[in-house]
Amino acid sequence: MHFNLRSALSIYRREMSRAFRTAFQSILSPVLTTSLYFVVFGSVIGARMEPIGGVPYGAFIIPGLLMLTLLGETTSNASFGIYMPRFTGTIYELLSAPVGVAETLAGFVGAAATKGLILAAIILGTATFFVDYQIAHPIFAALYIMLVAASFALFGFILGIWADSFEKLGIIPLLILTPLTFLGGTFYSIRDLPAPWDAVALANPIAFLVSGLRWTFYGTSDVPIAVSLGLTLGFLVLCVVIIAVIFRTGWRLRE
Amino acid sequence: MSEPILSIRGLTKTYKGGIRALDKVDLDIRAGEIFALLGPNGAGKTTLIGAVCGLVRPTGGTMTAFGHDLARDWRAARARIGLVPQELATDMFETVWRAVTYSQGLFGKPYDAARLEEILKSLSLWDKKDAQIRALSGGMKRRVLIAKALAHDPELLFLDEPTAGVDVELRKGMWQQIAALKERGVTIILTTHYIEEAEEMADRVGIIRSGRILMVDEKHAMMERLGTTEAVIDLAAPLAALPPDIAAFPVELGEGGRRLIYRGGSAGEGGGRAEVAQLTQALTRAGIAYTTLDIHDSSLEDIFVGLLGEGEPA
Ligand SMILES: Nc1ncnc2c1ncn2[C@@H]1O[C@H](COP(=O)(O)OP(=O)(O)O)[C@@H](O)[C@H]1O
Ligand SMILES: [Mg+2]
Repeated sequence: MHFNLRSALSIYRREMSRAFRTAFQSILSPVLTTSLYFVVFGSVIGARMEPIGGVPYGAFIIPGLLMLTLLGETTSNASFGIYMPRFTGTIYELLSAPVGVAETLAGFVGAAATKGLILAAIILGTATFFVDYQIAHPIFAALYIMLVAASFALFGFILGIWADSFEKLGIIPLLILTPLTFLGGTFYSIRDLPAPWDAVALANPIAFLVSGLRWTFYGTSDVPIAVSLGLTLGFLVLCVVIIAVIFRTGWRLRE
Repeated sequence: MSEPILSIRGLTKTYKGGIRALDKVDLDIRAGEIFALLGPNGAGKTTLIGAVCGLVRPTGGTMTAFGHDLARDWRAARARIGLVPQELATDMFETVWRAVTYSQGLFGKPYDAARLEEILKSLSLWDKKDAQIRALSGGMKRRVLIAKALAHDPELLFLDEPTAGVDVELRKGMWQQIAALKERGVTIILTTHYIEEAEEMADRVGIIRSGRILMVDEKHAMMERLGTTEAVIDLAAPLAALPPDIAAFPVELGEGGRRLIYRGGSAGEGGGRAEVAQLTQALTRAGIAYTTLDIHDSSLEDIFVGLLGEGEPA
């Protein structure tokens, strides 16, 4: 098994510099979105809400909001990262380089995890202006955020290889990720849903992600943390396997 | 002779939809040479390069570069191969410097600013190093692609139509740059549909059409083997028929007996020209006067047209 560390680092650096090139947008957009959510749901509506599981409503929604932005940004960023070179033809260089699936993923996904952490820091920083909160397990939170960012970067990577138009590129985050995150317990606890909706809600995989992140924040969750963690890891492994197969067969990459 | 640097056997590529772009191609490239792959559009040149460089999955055949099987030891081989694609595919928002730095690292080389500077200077791009690629002219973008391909110091370099759409002045500059690379010991495979380019640059020429290599030879040998001399002699008075002394030469009458056309000999060797000299003496002896004499050796272009004209596929 070969691994070309320099190649992986080159890809990582390039992905990071691509993000910094649009740094203004990458920072402003999550700051603005998160602020709006906090103003509406956290301060205005939240003031009239009961605490959920002992957590004040404004604080309760932080992990969900974080997840909402993290999934959307990470997926679309990674999908663009691989779709654009395919679209413009610059992918020839990656394909002709002594670089395999391991270096490619290490570069792309490593950068995505880093960007996910930066994004989370920005959102959490913004949140402090609106609500008081404390993170129960900060290390776990950071690790979980990186895990989720890596998983959805892989997912976005698959999306960017699958898509053959800009419409297809945008449609999955818009039609699947955003609704599922909204319905996945961002603004409420699934346990408070009446039957049978509490069971239906658990068919939504993103509910497990939101719940998992909430556990790292407040030590309470809708589903056991082990289940959330297992599901996220499973998703990550599944994406890696799919990408390995894509590289092996050259699907949508090599004619 | 030493081992070929690249060896291709039975390479076949059928695209989805059934187009056979390469049909059992055999090819050996010698270390240090400039090899020109010459053929019309759609002949399979880009597909051939893509197959070697990992952009195209071959349907059949084997390829060996530097003694490495390209299907198995592709990492070792690719680290020593550079590719300048036909299309001007560049990351528009990247600066020239970042682009070449990325390429150097991507191919596993340690960062070497001095080497990158040298490459950019040799391609007259040094003063553009901080410019965004989108701000450059087409010719400069092409040179950026060359700089990127050279950033890992490849021993084998593919140039896919390096001068397509480049004006005559720039084309000459490109030829000089390619010659300088050869001086440094880089083996170069270039594709072109400009005969002039192959004639000017190449040590050997391969002619490809419809996915088949029709002929591979030293440029000079090819011209000798296939080239001919043509002489057009305008006669002072029309001839009804050729006297036997003259008919012994490979000549024919044209323009209602006013013109004598000689085709024969082999170009380069002077055989044809010597024979034309004999022909003029024979004409003088036979008392046939002529007003003008035009003589030329056929070029690679004539050879090419001749070959491509043969047996067009149905
Ligand atoms: N991606 C592709 N899918 C299907 N057919 C292709 C593809 N690329 C090239 N071809 C076909 O293969 C043949 C060879 O093309 P190409 O290798 O680009 O030729 P050249 O570079 O000599 O102009 C052409 O008939 C072309 O239409
Ligand atoms: Mg071509």
